[in-house]
Amino acid sequence: METIKLQEIFDAKIEKGDTIEPKDWMPENYRKTLIRQISQHAHSEIVGMLPEGNWITRAPSLRRKMVLLAKVQDEGGHGLYLYSAAETMGISRDEMIDQLHSGKAKYSSIFNYPTLSWADIGAIGWLVDGAAIMNQVMLQRTSYGPYARAMVRICKEESFHQRQGYEIMTVLAKGTPEQKELAQDALNRFWWPSLMMLGPTDKESPNTEQSVKWKIKRETNDEVRQKFVDRTVPQADILGLKIPDKDLKWNEAKNGYDFGEANWEEFFNVVKGNGPCNKERLSARVKAHENGAWVREAAAAYAARESKRGNNGN
Amino acid sequence: MEKQLFNYLLRLADSSLILGHRLSEWCGHGPVLEEDIALTNIALDFVGRTNSLYEYAGKVEGKGRTEDDLAYLRTEREFFNNLLSEQPNGDYAQTILRQYLTDAFEIHFYEALTKSKDETLAGIAAKSLKEIQYHLRHSSSWMLRLGDGTKESNTRLQNSLNEIYRFTGSLFETDENDSVLIAGGIVPELTGIQQQWQKDVDTMLEKAMLNKPENVWMQKGCLQGKHTENLGYILAEMQSLHRAYPGVNW
Ligand SMILES: [Fe+2]
Ligand SMILES: [Fe+2]
Repeated sequence: METIKLQEIFDAKIEKGDTIEPKDWMPENYRKTLIRQISQHAHSEIVGMLPEGNWITRAPSLRRKMVLLAKVQDEGGHGLYLYSAAETMGISRDEMIDQLHSGKAKYSSIFNYPTLSWADIGAIGWLVDGAAIMNQVMLQRTSYGPYARAMVRICKEESFHQRQGYEIMTVLAKGTPEQKELAQDALNRFWWPSLMMLGPTDKESPNTEQSVKWKIKRETNDEVRQKFVDRTVPQADILGLKIPDKDLKWNEAKNGYDFGEANWEEFFNVVKGNGPCNKERLSARVKAHENGAWVREAAAAYAARESKRGNNGN
Repeated sequence: MEKQLFNYLLRLADSSLILGHRLSEWCGHGPVLEEDIALTNIALDFVGRTNSLYEYAGKVEGKGRTEDDLAYLRTEREFFNNLLSEQPNGDYAQTILRQYLTDAFEIHFYEALTKSKDETLAGIAAKSLKEIQYHLRHSSSWMLRLGDGTKESNTRLQNSLNEIYRFTGSLFETDENDSVLIAGGIVPELTGIQQQWQKDVDTMLEKAMLNKPENVWMQKGCLQGKHTENLGYILAEMQSLHRAYPGVNW
């Protein structure tokens, strides 16, 4: 079939709200955009294991340790689903990982901030998983089928993470004055990075318009950010914690909060590699991959020998 | 018999906590994503088992100590984990080997423990046994992959074996504390389990093309709280936050 005809079929599907499936024809840019977005999302899950993994060995109770282990394990699982979803578009996991390690592919800016206290684990669950959910709920209706379906599975777990994070914050905020201070300090440090992780403002985000047209994204960054603020501010009030934004106030007319401008210079610097932990995060990933090379080689050699022997490798 | 049972529960719980801690150190740093997830999952099993055992130990002791009191507020000399569990992760070969040697013991030990006359302990053992079956499948399959993989992987596994085999005797340490429990049918006798373990391990080493270290002097002492220097650092890290804020809720 001619490309024009194929393009028409594709457009009609998008228009109607049908999903695009791996075997369907799709414009090259749609494919590229999705590979970039899904792989970036997968990398974020994997890199995100690091700041939280940082507190597993020091978790202050056995129950918290178990919950945190389970959470970080979930994030690894999310990475797996997402790499598989991206692979349906004709890129291999190895290629994607190479792109992460070479710096060509990005991951969420938020994971370049350090986890300095236990309260940060609460703040990440509450705010970072909370912000991620805003995006991911929308992505359950994204136009690419495998991505949408991966999101359905992921969203269920993310809302657990959000609740568990909020619960950590609740215990701290209702605890001793020192504990409450830990919680406030974590909120102070993670509030703005959480708003920024939802992406640059709409006028600074040139890809958004096309992504919305293709129904990859259903809402713009600013729309998602507004939702996140509206949902999170009352939660902070319940905790008795103060959101570090002097411009934050309820706006009756728009039935939402007005809030201040994030430090976008900081955001673009973090994205560029100048965040407090960019180097540590990337080198931890590269080191794990390089130290694992001989393990993967051994597994491959064994599997090859087993298949020659007529076994299935297990 | 409460005193003896309490001691015994601590020994089991401590071993599972310390090995779980070691495994959790891999989280985010595994050689391949699937293994990262698997090790985290196994770590979670160990910490979960620890939690049940301490909870029960606290009840048996009857002094109101919680599972967290037992995990976070005892010192090096009051921990009774086997010496193998506290050995460093090393490379992936050492981690897999440490795990296999442990799993091969636990599969027989916990199987026997499911027949305990103490119902709570038998229940914990039954739940653990299901997990251990998976752990053993996982570590056995990697023993073969690494042993029969490349020259490098075989060498690494052999080096690890030479390094940590001397701590396996610690899996089978026993003292007069246990005899009353064994007589009461609460816990199994270890001699038969050790024989089964040795048989399984010998078979595995052969399949994985490894040489069993000869004339190894076994390091022991865990039942008197005599450890390698590793344990102090594990506890320092694990307990630091909990101890920094005494008596609070988390
Ligand atoms: Fe996730
Ligand atoms: Fe999450």
